[in-house]
Amino acid sequence: MAERTTILRVKRQENPKSASYWEEFEIPYKANHNIVSMLMEIRRNPVTRQGKRTTPVVFDANCLEEVCGSCTMVINGRVRQACSQLAEGLRGTVTVEPMSKFPVVRDLWVDRSKMFDYLKKAHSWIPIDGTYDLGPGPRMNPEAQQLAYLFSRCMTCGCCLEACPQVNDHSKFMGAAIIGQVYLMGRHPTGAMHQEERLQALMGEGGIADCGNAQNCVEVCPKGIPLTTSIGDVGGQVSRKWLRDLFAR
Amino acid sequence: MPGHHIIVGGGLAGLTAAMKLAEEGEQVDLFSIVPVKRSHSVCAQGGINGAVNTKGEGDSPMIHFDDTIYGGDFLAHQPPVLGMCEAAPSIIYLFDRMGVMFNRTPEGLLDFRRFGGTKHHRTAFAGATTGQQLLYALDEQVRRHEAAGLVRKFEGWEMLGMVQDEAGDCRGVVAIDTRSLEMRAFPADTVMIATGGPGLIFGRSTQSLVNTGSAVSSCYQQGTTYANGEFIQVHPTAVPGEDKNRLISESIRGEGGRVWTYREGKPWYFLEEMYPAYGNLVPRDIATRAIHKVVFEMKLGVDGQPLVFLDVSHLDPVLLRQRVEGVLEIYEKFVGQDPTKVPMKIFPAMHYSMGGLWVDYSQQTNIPGLFAAGECEFQYHGANRLGANSLLSCVYGGDVGAKAMIAFAKAHKSDGLTRAHDLELTRHREEFDKIFKMDGKENAFAIWRELGELMTENVTVVRHNDKLKATDDKLLEYKDRWGKIGLNDKGRWANQEVLFVRHLWNMLELARPITLGALNRNESRGAHYKPEFPERDDENFMKTTLATWSSDGPRFGWEPVDVGLIKPRARRYDVEKSAAKPTEKAA
Repeated sequence: MAERTTILRVKRQENPKSASYWEEFEIPYKANHNIVSMLMEIRRNPVTRQGKRTTPVVFDANCLEEVCGSCTMVINGRVRQACSQLAEGLRGTVTVEPMSKFPVVRDLWVDRSKMFDYLKKAHSWIPIDGTYDLGPGPRMNPEAQQLAYLFSRCMTCGCCLEACPQVNDHSKFMGAAIIGQVYLMGRHPTGAMHQEERLQALMGEGGIADCGNAQNCVEVCPKGIPLTTSIGDVGGQVSRKWLRDLFAR
Repeated sequence: MPGHHIIVGGGLAGLTAAMKLAEEGEQVDLFSIVPVKRSHSVCAQGGINGAVNTKGEGDSPMIHFDDTIYGGDFLAHQPPVLGMCEAAPSIIYLFDRMGVMFNRTPEGLLDFRRFGGTKHHRTAFAGATTGQQLLYALDEQVRRHEAAGLVRKFEGWEMLGMVQDEAGDCRGVVAIDTRSLEMRAFPADTVMIATGGPGLIFGRSTQSLVNTGSAVSSCYQQGTTYANGEFIQVHPTAVPGEDKNRLISESIRGEGGRVWTYREGKPWYFLEEMYPAYGNLVPRDIATRAIHKVVFEMKLGVDGQPLVFLDVSHLDPVLLRQRVEGVLEIYEKFVGQDPTKVPMKIFPAMHYSMGGLWVDYSQQTNIPGLFAAGECEFQYHGANRLGANSLLSCVYGGDVGAKAMIAFAKAHKSDGLTRAHDLELTRHREEFDKIFKMDGKENAFAIWRELGELMTENVTVVRHNDKLKATDDKLLEYKDRWGKIGLNDKGRWANQEVLFVRHLWNMLELARPITLGALNRNESRGAHYKPEFPERDDENFMKTTLATWSSDGPRFGWEPVDVGLIKPRARRYDVEKSAAKPTEKAA
């Protein structure tokens, strides 16, 4: 009987401007392999399934525990972290592609800096007076903390943008992640004092009004963050602000 | 006029320093290989220590201080550790104010849990993703300063080396853009290294892929002293993997998790039996050695494998989800079993380096103007780090360092780009040209795997002098083989292989003070255990190992440990601390 292997069909691209192409690699099966450890096998012996020597596949990865968000890619058509995709659950040929909603740097490595720009645009921080010792922070209801905590696990991986039909070349929609963060900041007693400026950032172009309610975001979020809850809630906050602004004029 | 500073590394230590500097109106250039939000600090799970004493246990910074010194087997200089423990409650409050979603008590106060090596509930936590939450809070504050123009981020840039002026002061760095491979020299009044640990020297560890120790090794090769390299923490509970070993946090035991294996057909809770006073919450070095004994000497590993059980299946699953969800999820996703139903199978894995760049009490290295904070320096943990003290030492060190950097900058303004910067830039360009021409038969990633296996086998839990010597010989052999690497990728854009070849060299250089430091230290202390020398020897070895790079290998010196505050005593966890009396020999 032939040795069990996994075939990785990898979409490759030399640089942001060049055309993409596919290469296939055959990797001996090991029970605790995952996509990243298989890409590491390729680095040790960069030869395609057809026996052609090639360059090692370039990929972004760091923690390998699904908490840093780095190794997000599209595996068999579904966006997720590569480290937690175990070989065990895979059969036949596995396609591995870079995310399509972000510019490719090289091969599977994409540039997600726009997501960090959104965090800046939306003032996604608690504006403390200073880091000097001002004593304990505000008390919080433990139940409120448990809900907010779900959102604080967002690792800016970009799965929700990749899966969102509204995030595309014709739209500036910033996606669900930033809305989740605005929701989170508003749940903190100090953050709530400054929610207006964050809502303002979500009222313009690319803001919450561009959400098409496809609900793919919540479907693909690797951390199970209730992103539709935050879209609903922040949507309400934005509407109320719109009304307030209207009457304040 | 504000000072101008470079920080290399965007984890907890680097971001703390950046935030503190920016708050004082200083200019910061922040370099990080990965976007800072993806730094290895995200992997810290269990929590951060601070004697806030919300449980009516009479905890205090002095007890925290004593636990830390005792846990570190009296190898840490005591004054900075005291400073850290005193600052700890205010550091936790600061993170609370910055929006970290710490778990709460019913009264809405911060909740605290127990961790190893202490009898107090002293660890604040945000589920079991505390490092991630603290990092994100700092990331947000630094982004705020970035938006205000005080911080410039160079994400995707890697530091290649520092630049020293004629007097030997550090005056900037040379760095490379990992995408375009463009190299540039950057001037600054001061530089801080905050690049974390060197886990990848051990191949598969609990650390992230950026943790090669390369920046630290570059500094070491340029004359920065490396201290206590031999003190490597092997965490008792991790899930062995093909690409890395995944940490299962100590908080699991803090919440009531028990370690056991089968003996004569019945569960044997060996930590509870061997260490009745602390049970499953003995410090990491103790638990790791116990697991090694049970598995290798007593041959009682689960199913004959090098594995034992870590069990939470007797605890309330709802409460577990609220308090350690992140860890349970890692086990579920990577092993495919629900730990609330079946015991986890775990084994020790390289986790943390207590050793690192030597720094003074202001976080300055022996190179004036070059500072270090976080895991990459040696100062706070002695011979063994207590759980949940690492996040604390990162933040405290970053803060102390930032203050000293401001003072240094006032007295030593940079002259901008100088001839010294040009020379360093040229040196690094030539080095890369050489790597690009490498045309041999060896594969850099394959050598790395061998290095990891060698170091894990010989320079972790149990150390023998003959094997340490043989390991160093092997390291020299690997350095020869490094010269015979053939590059598979000659591309001039986003070439990860060419960068890794350089990292590999730096790992080989840094592996030597780690290995030879262990060879030199003929005693057992904290994480450093030699069966040939099973006792702690304060008379000969209560001192810091100092390694200096030379072309013929590391040169070693020693520095006495400042033990002026707590008199050294025998370290025991089978009995209460009060029963462990000061040693007769202690100074």
